[in-house]
Amino acid sequence: MDSTFIAELCERVRDHSARKAPLCIRGGGSKDFYGEDFRGEALDMAAYSGIVAYEPKELVVTVRAGTRLAELEDVLLAERQMLAFEPPHFGDAATIGGAVAAGLSGPRRPYAGSARDFVLGTRIVNGKGEDLSFGGRVIKNVAGYDVSRLMTGALGTLGVITEISFKVLPRPALESTLAFEMGEEEATTQANRWAGLPLPVSATAWQEGRLRVRLSGAATAVQAAKAKMGGEEIDAGGYWADLREQRLAFFSEAQPLWRLSVPQTAAPIPTGHAQLIEWGGGVRWVSAALDPGALRASVERAGGHATLFRGADKSAGVFHPLKPALLKIHRRLKDAFDPSGILNPGRMYDLEKVVSGTT
Amino acid sequence: MNALAQADVRSRTLDALVAIRPRMTVIADDEGLKPFETDAYIAHRETPMLAVLPDDEEQVRAIVKACRSLGVPVVSRGAGTGISGGAIPHPEGVLLVLSKMKRIEGVDALARTATVQPGVRNLLVSETVAHLGLFYAPDPSSQSICSIGGNVAENSGGVHCLKYGLTTHNLMAVRAVDADGDVIEAGGLALDAPGYDLLALLTGSEGNLGVITRVTVRLLALPQRTETLLAAFPSVRAAAEAVGEIIGAGIIPAALEMMDRIVIEACERFMAMGFPAGAEALLLAEVDGGTEEAGEALAAVRSILERCGASEVRVAATAAERDRLWKARKGAFTALATILPDYYTIDGTIPRRCLPDVLDEIARLSAEYGMTVGNVFHAGDGNIHPCIFYDANKPGELERSEEFGGRILELCVAVGGTITGEHGVGIEKLRQMCVQFRAPELAAFHDVKRAFDPDGILNPGKAVPTLKRCAEWGGMHVRAGRIPHAGIPRF
Repeated sequence: MDSTFIAELCERVRDHSARKAPLCIRGGGSKDFYGEDFRGEALDMAAYSGIVAYEPKELVVTVRAGTRLAELEDVLLAERQMLAFEPPHFGDAATIGGAVAAGLSGPRRPYAGSARDFVLGTRIVNGKGEDLSFGGRVIKNVAGYDVSRLMTGALGTLGVITEISFKVLPRPALESTLAFEMGEEEATTQANRWAGLPLPVSATAWQEGRLRVRLSGAATAVQAAKAKMGGEEIDAGGYWADLREQRLAFFSEAQPLWRLSVPQTAAPIPTGHAQLIEWGGGVRWVSAALDPGALRASVERAGGHATLFRGADKSAGVFHPLKPALLKIHRRLKDAFDPSGILNPGRMYDLEKVVSGTT
Repeated sequence: MNALAQADVRSRTLDALVAIRPRMTVIADDEGLKPFETDAYIAHRETPMLAVLPDDEEQVRAIVKACRSLGVPVVSRGAGTGISGGAIPHPEGVLLVLSKMKRIEGVDALARTATVQPGVRNLLVSETVAHLGLFYAPDPSSQSICSIGGNVAENSGGVHCLKYGLTTHNLMAVRAVDADGDVIEAGGLALDAPGYDLLALLTGSEGNLGVITRVTVRLLALPQRTETLLAAFPSVRAAAEAVGEIIGAGIIPAALEMMDRIVIEACERFMAMGFPAGAEALLLAEVDGGTEEAGEALAAVRSILERCGASEVRVAATAAERDRLWKARKGAFTALATILPDYYTIDGTIPRRCLPDVLDEIARLSAEYGMTVGNVFHAGDGNIHPCIFYDANKPGELERSEEFGGRILELCVAVGGTITGEHGVGIEKLRQMCVQFRAPELAAFHDVKRAFDPDGILNPGKAVPTLKRCAEWGGMHVRAGRIPHAGIPRF
């Protein structure tokens, strides 16, 4: 069925390309909220599912894009392994292809790496209907430009991801959570100090005067770290999963949700609203109807960018505006992979026109 | 281009470069250009038309703009330690040497980042931040002299990649000048950046997409404890099995290096390491981390090595002993030079489980070509470095070694691996790129290049072969059904 599926997919993309008719690539639909509004005929990838190859001792798994994320995680769990970037699902239907296209990573990201760090290879169908493979199924590979990582987080605008190979990691033997009562600045500074020491920190989150720190690793390492760091050991329950899946009460859906990605050591970004701070200070969530221009200006001064992660009014743009030189390259890359502009057009930025140099 | 037109382009380019303010070093005389005629891929040499050594990014922009308007190729060069020929000059081009841009612009201890100019030496970064308890992880064997800019261009690796990743995993931000002379800021000081991952695209682009002018690297906490073990095995297969068992047990060693008998014997002759007689493979394993973590991993690795049939396991008790164990691995290439003066190092990566079969096939090819091969490799990540020995004074030997090497790379592709794990394509592996990738994929690479370099002036002819050249070579596409080495299991 795989060769038939890919052949038909290529044919369909070629047909749409010839007609300049947009396609909206869809896995489980769990991240429909994310990004700019989409248009075009739905291209359902959920049917293209299954593990292509998994060799636990190689630390490599190859999987079809439509495979449910939960199913892949179960297969890895059976071998005591995991996707170390801890991707958010945002729903049972979430697929691995959607997770890579969205490029989102969970609480472990600052300590283990991001989605793109674990992508070893991708098979894609570009906007010309060509079936292409980049990267590979080995951990070290520098042949050709790193198109696989380019696809990660491109929201399907450069190609339909059909298969992905990942580096996977062993699951830690033990996880434990410590809690500390401290203010925002103190918490961020402390989290960064710990990150500079050989401690098995695997996640941090601060909200309402409380810093939670997750430790993961060999049992002896976790025990020793607890003794060094102090704090109060708590039963985290489902806290880290709820944080990743935005099920905590903080993530009320009544207000727009902003994601501020800033240097981990950035000073507090005043917004007049409560913030949840994770990634050792690197991501700060705020749930409020804020002025996008003023917010983006202050986040940019701090060296970061602001995304309207969830929200109905997308008129000011979901993603932080790009500088002219970067926008130029984005448009040219979009044109290179999808010259008819049919793959998820406008889902990230308005890229469907080509400009020459900015100078 | 005829000689007269060429001379005219040269003089116009020289005029344009010397007019750039503030002034910078421009080299136009043959004697001055001589040291730049090759990088560490010494089998090939070209004299550049001109060489220029800018002091800052503004000058780089001016150089690129001037060359673009004159249609003159620009080849970037860091320290010239690359071994795939990525920095070999273009005879009608300008060699842009970044060695004068070698300032560490800043270190942020709390944020664990260092911002450096491209000419800063790799090892200097770790040396500069060691007192903060931090280090920069990628450690290519040339780390004492190679430059960070070159590391980014090549996506360099090292012996600790399995745990710490390649250069691409250890970067925060890169500034590069594209062929329009625009400054591209990829990545940033936050953990992600909006838009496409241009940081990933620039890393490993071998000077084809931009000239790197500034790099912010991610620093890691120095491990509290490091333990090093050396195990001798009666067969390569047993050693490879032990590697799989270690990783299968949930341990990610900082390093897992293997050497075969040819290399062991060369090391023994050269350094008198006192290895057990009859060892067919040596495995060097290093585990690190917090004191308890490293201690637990040491005990587990030791027990696996013994269970897998190691005839001897040594554990370094002191830092001096660790250095001595590493000496065999780090000195391997020097020791190998005692076999024959010239050797050619290959850089393929294979799925680790194929290791014994691939080594058998390399041994068969070695007999076919009548050339000795010694194998040193990063066993943890399947990155193999077979060294083919030849005598450059014998006519045709160099060419035969390259042909032999090409066949090893094709073997790597056939078992599901890649033609280069960390050395890059440069000019050396252009032909094998036609084996690993099909025409539409190569076309996609050229499209990516055009996005940054519409006229193709940046390091032309490197890293990605033209479709025409692949056709001339009769590019052998394993995925087209004609699979070489039919006896090897593939995946």
